[in-house]
Amino acid sequence: MLPDKRGYFGPYGGRFVPETLMPALEELEKAYFFWRDDPSFRRELAWYLCHYVGRPTPLYYASRLTEALGGARIYLKREDLNHTGAHKINNTIGQALLARRMGKKRIIAETGAGQHGVATATAAALLGCECVIYMGAVDIERQRLNVVRMKLLGAEVVPVAAGSGTLKDAMNEAIRDWVTNVRTTYYLIGSVAGPHPYPMMVRDFQSVIGQETRRQILQAAGKLPDVIIACVGGGSNAMGIFYPFLAEPGVKLIGVEAGGRGEGPGEHAATLCRGRPGVLHGSYSYLLQDEEGQISPVHSIAAGLDYPGVGPEHAYLKETGRVTYLTASDEEALEAFELLSRTEGILPALESAHALAVARKVAPSLPREAVVVVNLSGRGDKDVETVAQAKGVER
Amino acid sequence: MNRIARTFNSLRDKGQKALIVYVTAGDPSLEATAATIPALVEAGADLIEIGIPFSDPLADGPVIQAASSRALAKGVRLDGILKMTAAVRERLPELPLVFMTYYNPVLQRGLERFCRQAKEAGVDGLIVPDLPYEESGPLLREASAQGLALIPLLAPTSTEKRVEAICSSAQGFVYCVSVTGVTGMREKLDQELGRLVQTVKEHTSLPVAVGFGIARPETAAEVARLADGVVVGSAVVKLLGEGAREEALALVRSLARVLHARCSA
Repeated sequence: MLPDKRGYFGPYGGRFVPETLMPALEELEKAYFFWRDDPSFRRELAWYLCHYVGRPTPLYYASRLTEALGGARIYLKREDLNHTGAHKINNTIGQALLARRMGKKRIIAETGAGQHGVATATAAALLGCECVIYMGAVDIERQRLNVVRMKLLGAEVVPVAAGSGTLKDAMNEAIRDWVTNVRTTYYLIGSVAGPHPYPMMVRDFQSVIGQETRRQILQAAGKLPDVIIACVGGGSNAMGIFYPFLAEPGVKLIGVEAGGRGEGPGEHAATLCRGRPGVLHGSYSYLLQDEEGQISPVHSIAAGLDYPGVGPEHAYLKETGRVTYLTASDEEALEAFELLSRTEGILPALESAHALAVARKVAPSLPREAVVVVNLSGRGDKDVETVAQAKGVER
Repeated sequence: MNRIARTFNSLRDKGQKALIVYVTAGDPSLEATAATIPALVEAGADLIEIGIPFSDPLADGPVIQAASSRALAKGVRLDGILKMTAAVRERLPELPLVFMTYYNPVLQRGLERFCRQAKEAGVDGLIVPDLPYEESGPLLREASAQGLALIPLLAPTSTEKRVEAICSSAQGFVYCVSVTGVTGMREKLDQELGRLVQTVKEHTSLPVAVGFGIARPETAAEVARLADGVVVGSAVVKLLGEGAREEALALVRSLARVLHARCSA
């Protein structure tokens, strides 16, 4: 079972943080291992996922999209139908319940698109915790709706102007807050990134997606999927749907990174496809960086994919070849956004639209008996302004 | 005996404490850094920490973040920093010099190559704030092979078990972080600092320096009662960044006066 005791997936992972945080990570790991299998914790988590989040989410057969592409049958795992509109809440409820059992009353988090920030603020409101969200100044500008949502939920949103003013800078600042207030504060990381035990813990909380998918597809199609496709920024929705299928060699797994608007540095966020290993934000994994190890600027039309790192387990799955990592460009994501909106009446998040863009290429090459599952990780309401601007839609 | 040990020993013999000053390499320029270091030593600095700028310095507060960004924006690269360091070494053959760097720039240069080049430039030790004890094995091996001290950090949150383990492989000196937090000037030190320094002293005979947040002579005096040395960073970097070189040197002089006053104890 991975990770190993030191938090490594093969050569990737580990715990590269200032000494001040090491005791806190040890405490967190101990608490997580203690509560993870505790029946009362499991019951509590299951109760909230069912009655509050709205799980299980449907596995929806997208018949009109299937017809339009003319190949494999396409199923959508509807994480967009979760409370708050994305998969992020699966993890925030889990970690917030853990924080409560650890006696931590203050929760902090970083956010890119704002989806994780909203999901954290939601969980904090639900459990009556103080909540501070760090968000890049550039992201605040382009995701204003989510900023308002977080504030309405009672969270304090702290703009981070340093660096590129995006997700990585928000994460730097959240870590600085945690170093300062480590005795009272729970740091709720939103992706399968960061120091051990976060990549493992977030994966475990998100793997409910894959477990449901497995059950649902066996019922709906009488077989396991031939292909599962998910977008990868930090990689939490992809790890969540892939994980229960890793031991099924017949299921092809495809992770889709942000190809952005070009191949040069600063034009994309395709960390696994175009980066190389290094240390950032607490773990050893793939990074977009220059030859001296300075972190490169990144770009994606999807704010949630706009990150120069990726979870260490993905780096490992790339190395072993178990998962194939591809890219979809801004343009392809926009086309897929439009296609799903018109054929199925579903506005996907621009992040999820990257996975759909690859499904669009893969499905036509497969026979009708084949089954492709796309993880529709979030809904696109937050992106309508971005899409309208890019497409020149009249208002 | 190496320069770090020699310096701490000779200060101890005189009943004095070490003043360790941090500067960000290349802010405002590498030439300026090369000229500033001898002036800092003249003003009373006993050991210089040269900060290698990194794009994502998550253990640093706003002052050093800003200095790092300015240096990187000016195109400061590792080769230039090594060259500047070698020039300083030539001018000040006895000065203990350590690099403070995040781990990724070291990894990308290659651990062996980084350590060899640092040694060739005249560096005595390395401080890597995002490389905790558990992950330090590979760098420790390469640094030791070159005779570079890998100086560990300890924090007010460190448990005694961790203090013991970390002290067992410590070299040069032990760097105690005075507060839970990032670098930067503060009014108050952590209540646990006294306990931490005492625990460290029980587990190592190496000198103990305290840093993070120390900006004023009064705080330095307070810390000097506990430890063998005091690190000042952001307060000096801030003044240098504002072009207030004379004020920076005056601050160093006032800190040196306090630390170099013969202790009666």
